[in-house]
Amino acid sequence: MPQPSSIIADGTITRQPPPFAYFRKVWAIVAKDIAAELRTKEMLSAMFVFSLLVIFIFNFAFDLRTDNANTLAPGVLWVAIAFAGMLGLGRSFITERDRGSLEGLLLAPVDRSAIYLGKFLGNVLFISVVEVVILPLFIVFFNQPLGIIVPLVGVVILGTIGFAGVGTLFSAMVIHTRARDVLLPIMLFPVVVPVLLAAVRLTAGILDKLPFEDVQNWLGLLVAFDLIFLAVSYMMFEYVVEE
Amino acid sequence: MIKVRNLVKAFGSRVVLHNISFEIAAGEFVTLLGINGAGKTTLMSIISTLSRPTAGSIFIGDMNAQQHAAYIRRYIGLVSHKTLLYDDLSGEQNLRFYARMYDVQNPAARIETVLRQVGLWGRQKDPVRTYSRGMQQRLAIARAILHNPPILLLDEPDTGLDQGAATMLGDLLAAVGTAQRTVLMTTHNLERGLSLGNRVLMLADGKIAVDAPRDEVSVESLSRFYRQ
Repeated sequence: MPQPSSIIADGTITRQPPPFAYFRKVWAIVAKDIAAELRTKEMLSAMFVFSLLVIFIFNFAFDLRTDNANTLAPGVLWVAIAFAGMLGLGRSFITERDRGSLEGLLLAPVDRSAIYLGKFLGNVLFISVVEVVILPLFIVFFNQPLGIIVPLVGVVILGTIGFAGVGTLFSAMVIHTRARDVLLPIMLFPVVVPVLLAAVRLTAGILDKLPFEDVQNWLGLLVAFDLIFLAVSYMMFEYVVEE
Repeated sequence: MIKVRNLVKAFGSRVVLHNISFEIAAGEFVTLLGINGAGKTTLMSIISTLSRPTAGSIFIGDMNAQQHAAYIRRYIGLVSHKTLLYDDLSGEQNLRFYARMYDVQNPAARIETVLRQVGLWGRQKDPVRTYSRGMQQRLAIARAILHNPPILLLDEPDTGLDQGAATMLGDLLAAVGTAQRTVLMTTHNLERGLSLGNRVLMLADGKIAVDAPRDEVSVESLSRFYRQ
């Protein structure tokens, strides 16, 4: 990297980027979002309440019996995760824009993919915190055995990565639009259909105790879309936030 | 220090900046004036690498700002009418975050230094939303100089401040605009702009209408551009 000699000469105290500077900045963004959320608790409380309401309402709205619970339960779980996740994604960049801090973030001397990664990891973290609460409730309300928790957590993690991966990009994409709160779900849900479909099918397979061979195609689809969404979003982010 | 060459910026068919060229030497404090919509903020946005020019180029030192944007940003501090701060975090948390983003050495000591410089030491643990507008703008200056950038861009930093807070801000800007720092400031306050800057640029219709040392212009001569 060429040095701007006329700049270096003035004795700026900014040091040369230390090792792993990129990942330190990714973590700084995650830590900042956690600190802001711990102060307000606005986003997590809304996500908790919304996901719990979905589980409760679907549980009472449908006439759940032992023979039909497994048919409906996967859909209910992913509706709760997707809609609660949407609340979190909606605040990811829109809040930065509305409060005027986005430019400060974009002015940081780091590749803008670091901003994407930081926001993505923050979104995954916040959605995961909600999932930690709703998964046990889901098992209780839908009379599922505790033994499903391990494979279910695996599917939930993969589904959350795909959902948050593309959701973080779309959250940044809509910030320059007027009806951004409305536009985000309208744009996002059609795109994440493969992720949600694969996640629902895998969850159903776990509840029905299907052999791995019967669901491995869905697992492959989910992993493939996770990788594609993450790679494309990572590469596209710089162009999305460019004015 | 800053070289702007044949800069053009258009939003669709609307051309905001028409083939602008100028240079700012190291240590100069330049005041950029112009009516609303003259293109001042657009020019600041391009120099700060937040926006790309339609044509032309910006050089910071001997580096093309568009080609090395991520690297160049560590040498630039920006204060705008927006504070670029997080309301829910304390002043100290805000500065700690930016210190990490700018790889600032000894962040705790540096944060204390800049907070004392802007007169906010003692309020550093309070959430920014509890600060007055003037205090928030002083914290924004602390954020902008935290990494001791050789270039400071001030985009209407006195917007929304009352007379007392604006005067205090002017004193602070005079203090941070030292000989080691190149400053480009936009303002609508001609008196303050002329008192702080040692050179004046006037943008009119997307072009440089005036480029003169402070001693060669007056408030009266510049006011006619606002009346036209």
